[in-house]
Amino acid sequence: MSTVTIDQRREEALAQLPPYREPGIATRTVRWLRSHLVQFFAAFALLFMFVPVFIVVLFSFNVPKGRFNYTWNEFSTIAWTNVWKDTQITDSLVLSIQIAVLSTLVATVLGTLIAFAIGRHRFRGRAGINLLIFMPMATPEVVMGSSLLTLFVAWQLEGSLGFFTITVAHIMFSISFVVVTVKARIAGLDPRLEQAAMDLYADEKTTFWKVTFPLVLPGIVAASMLAFSLSFDDFVITNFTSGQAVTFPMYVWGANTRGIPPEANVVGAIMFGLALIIVLVPEVSRRVVAARRRSVGASAAMAGATSN
Amino acid sequence: VSAAPAPGAAAAAPADDTARQVGTHSWTPYALLSPGLLYLAVFFIVPTVMLVKTSLSSGTAFTGDGTFTFSITDLQWSQYSDAFTKYVIETPIFQKSLLYALIATLLCLLISYPLAYTIAFKAGRWRNLLLVLVIAPFFTSFLLRTNAWGTILSDSSFVVSFMESTGMLTVLHAIQTPDSWPTWLQVLPDGLTGEERVLQTPLAVILGLAYNFLPFMTLPLFASLERIDVRLIEAATDLYSSAFTAFRKVTFPLSLPGVVAGTLLTFIPAAGDPVNAALLGATNDSLMGNAIDAQFKATGNYPLASALSVMLMVTIVLMVALYVRRAGTEELV
Repeated sequence: MSTVTIDQRREEALAQLPPYREPGIATRTVRWLRSHLVQFFAAFALLFMFVPVFIVVLFSFNVPKGRFNYTWNEFSTIAWTNVWKDTQITDSLVLSIQIAVLSTLVATVLGTLIAFAIGRHRFRGRAGINLLIFMPMATPEVVMGSSLLTLFVAWQLEGSLGFFTITVAHIMFSISFVVVTVKARIAGLDPRLEQAAMDLYADEKTTFWKVTFPLVLPGIVAASMLAFSLSFDDFVITNFTSGQAVTFPMYVWGANTRGIPPEANVVGAIMFGLALIIVLVPEVSRRVVAARRRSVGASAAMAGATSN
Repeated sequence: VSAAPAPGAAAAAPADDTARQVGTHSWTPYALLSPGLLYLAVFFIVPTVMLVKTSLSSGTAFTGDGTFTFSITDLQWSQYSDAFTKYVIETPIFQKSLLYALIATLLCLLISYPLAYTIAFKAGRWRNLLLVLVIAPFFTSFLLRTNAWGTILSDSSFVVSFMESTGMLTVLHAIQTPDSWPTWLQVLPDGLTGEERVLQTPLAVILGLAYNFLPFMTLPLFASLERIDVRLIEAATDLYSSAFTAFRKVTFPLSLPGVVAGTLLTFIPAAGDPVNAALLGATNDSLMGNAIDAQFKATGNYPLASALSVMLMVTIVLMVALYVRRAGTEELV
């Protein structure tokens, strides 16, 4: 009498199965696509976001046939060398930068103070204040622009619309965005860090300037960058409050009817490049430092292992 | 227009939980608040009150002595009936603005959700980089980018000839309001697109709106998706739900605060935007933003323009209040 082991049975059962075959290329492709469907759509969204930027950069190298820079004609870097000679563009750029710097400074200070009050203190009327901060973000720009214009007209400032009124308007709509950004940073702080400082006999002032403020600073920097880009790129509200002053977006708008020259695209491309450098360099350097630290750590560990 | 809360901005925890008494004086918060709030009071609340006041006045800026007469006992409601007749009954500009903004918001949600989901759950060490990429287009002038859509959607472009040869344009052109409908319902009289063109049709404007406000949708969505405890989704799949059911019953409901914040931050500016209609739309296809702009700058009829602004503002506030109540999220900022 022979006993059948479990292994033998398993082998018999396996032998009756059809032989295993690698799934075909079609099956594998379908499976891969199904498991990466979300990423596929995400890539599509990124494409949707970047194609117009690509077009802006590409057409800065174009020599437009006729007035309108809509169809590709000929490659040239002439717009890149000519851009600094076009006083309309350089003047509007200088004005935009002046307005953006001033409004960013004021909005960042005012917004950061509010963010600290909301994030660090208890007080009455919090709901109302939250609403007041949310409203400018939730109001269409046309409404804000037109209401500011009626205010300036009522104050008889119609003749002196320009640098001052544009800056006033830009500060107004930037404050809320600064508050929201800095508040998020404050809310994300670990309260134990401040407690530790206090436990180590730091007074409130020292704790704030040595612990709290440095930790919130990245949020303040991000908020000021946001405020700068909001101001620099604003068209709708500026259009109502500018009078005869021409900021860069106002220049582009005015040039639109007679054809936007490729020089304007050069400015757009440079802004994009600068922004990418400003945000990407810290990220990349952080990674490089981390990678170097890892490799140093690994070689130190190796050295330790061999010397034993 | 071109603004987005910084990454994680909408992720702010309710401030009351973390607020602690740090300053020793009870007046400290008021001292911190007052400069900023005073600024907002003078340059946001006062102008809004002025706007309402102007909408109830008579006179135009360019004729007569250029002043407006306002009297509290003799409120000029005629601006509102004028605005209603001109921009709702005779030409459905008001309804069209809301419709375009609504479609653009839905498109934005469809496009942004997979992107926000990928950044939150699948990006790994690429997360920060992808977040930067979401905001990066912002730094190229928004007018230049909108104008670039003119190139992408021009009649001879690859996109348009593809849409034409696949018959998409025929279908999209067929989406239109029937001629028999009254004028106030003629929101799409000539179809969503032309038979052979996309530029200077409603679709171009809607695409432009969806494009311009995309980061406003993506960032709040990301912020709320990022806060979801992944173990909840794992629990759903452990309990034999399919990936789709887990998404429908767990992930999506948990991301609703982001959906609400994102749709509001997209819909509101889109409803009042004058730029996309001016750069991408047909010359006769103006929206509320263009109407307000024209009444202010070309006609100088400040009272009528103010009435239009107030109409838009009130409608938006009502819609937002209803929507927020239905969605049940109170914390927006």
